[in-house]
Amino acid sequence: MPDTASHEPGGLAVRDVSFRYGSRTALDGVGFEVAPGRFAALLGPNGAGKSTLFSLLTRLFTTRDGRILVAGHDLSRHPRAALARMGVVFQSQTLDLDLTIRQNLSYFAALHGLSGREAALRIDAALERLAIADRAGEKARNLNGGHRRRTEIARALVHRPSVLLLDEPTVGLDAAARAAITDHVHRLAAEDGLTVLWATHLTDEVTDGDRLVVLHRGRVLADGECGALRGGRSLRDYFLATTGADAPEAVPGGPA
Amino acid sequence: MSHHLVALRAIVLREALRFVHQRERFLAALVRPLVWLVVFAAGFRAALGLSIIPPYQTYITYETYIVPGLCGMILLFNGMQSSLSLVYDRETGSMRLLLTAPLPRGWLLFCKLLGSTAIGILQVYAFLAVAFAFGIEMSAAGYVAALPALLLAGLMLGALGLAISSLVRQLENFAGVMNFVIFPMFFLSTALYPLWKMAESSDLLRDICAANPFTHAVELIRFALYGQVNGMAFLWVLLSLAAFLALALWGYDPARGMVRRKG
Repeated sequence: MPDTASHEPGGLAVRDVSFRYGSRTALDGVGFEVAPGRFAALLGPNGAGKSTLFSLLTRLFTTRDGRILVAGHDLSRHPRAALARMGVVFQSQTLDLDLTIRQNLSYFAALHGLSGREAALRIDAALERLAIADRAGEKARNLNGGHRRRTEIARALVHRPSVLLLDEPTVGLDAAARAAITDHVHRLAAEDGLTVLWATHLTDEVTDGDRLVVLHRGRVLADGECGALRGGRSLRDYFLATTGADAPEAVPGGPA
Repeated sequence: MSHHLVALRAIVLREALRFVHQRERFLAALVRPLVWLVVFAAGFRAALGLSIIPPYQTYITYETYIVPGLCGMILLFNGMQSSLSLVYDRETGSMRLLLTAPLPRGWLLFCKLLGSTAIGILQVYAFLAVAFAFGIEMSAAGYVAALPALLLAGLMLGALGLAISSLVRQLENFAGVMNFVIFPMFFLSTALYPLWKMAESSDLLRDICAANPFTHAVELIRFALYGQVNGMAFLWVLLSLAAFLALALWGYDPARGMVRRKG
């Protein structure tokens, strides 16, 4: 059931979310909202709490502190309604390598209650959207890293979610594949009106028009439009200055 | 078809497709009990005299005695192996993907359990076919009657694996659990020797065997193969299934956070 208290029924809202692993605080009062159709980059160095936040957003585990609204549905009160509106691309690879692209997508479509002709049509459309329709009959094992990622993004779109979450989706990809994936997902927001949350530690994946949320040590340090936030500086300089010099891994092109 | 059933069919189909692609797993599942049947049983036949105990109505060879235990062994390994794949899945993310499906988590876990049990039952029948070729024959009715027993035993052992997978965070720990679960469960059961034989060496040992859920899984299968129902074993397996399922659900409860990993 839609939560009428939300102003942005199509978007994503994280409100005052905290989480602890035993005595260690991983997230401390994290809050931000992403309007429908916006591309938001969740930028933070390794260990900032991005993965923990993704685990909470995908309901791998839950917290009592704070609320998460997906397309207006409260994730803790109406988890199934919220999950149905959400597409997820995990950081680790989640394809069955011995199955074909189509089998992988059919499996996922069925998890969302889609079968038969309806599922086939949606799978075709999603593969078409990511320009991998010609590979549908191939085993995932035969695809390179970039195409596997595209397949996972296509899979996350099969049930036509309104919110797409991606957890460091370009890890392990070469520069060309990285740029292509980043570009694809930006277009999904701009052209299809999808709300996107893109977690990364690489500043060159964020454009000036994107919404930028900087997460560091479990707190939101900055939240606004990327171009306005960075001002005259490069995003990289802005990011390093905001998070302090103790995050060398955040430097794009630095040692992996 | 309802959303629940569409998902069930897809999850079982995925398990089956994955299994088809893992030929070595199927061969291992088949060869392991056959080695026991051919090598172990041949050596022990002379050493172990078996009296006539239910459900047998005549003297039986040792090979005949251990066939139900080996069926149980296949289900035990299969249950543990699929939970091993759950731990691995959880690391790589496909378990996480499954858990983002907009269905009750308990149902998703049950579908997964049913899928892996179905694979286990296929392996058991493959083994029984080979055993038949070795001259260990049951009646046609016995093979049919064994199906519900295998299903129940497979679900119970799979649920145990599921519960363990929710409690174990790392693959290394899991290897230890395999040693501390599979071997004791198998050896401290009636798979290889009947209870009275155990009692000859130690009453304590016999009591442990009698309490072991795996013993009851084996006895349920043994009686079913001869067209009989062992009520006591049935109850034990059913209760164990309920207990292990409850433990697994608790372990995978997002609020309990057994699935939590430092991140």
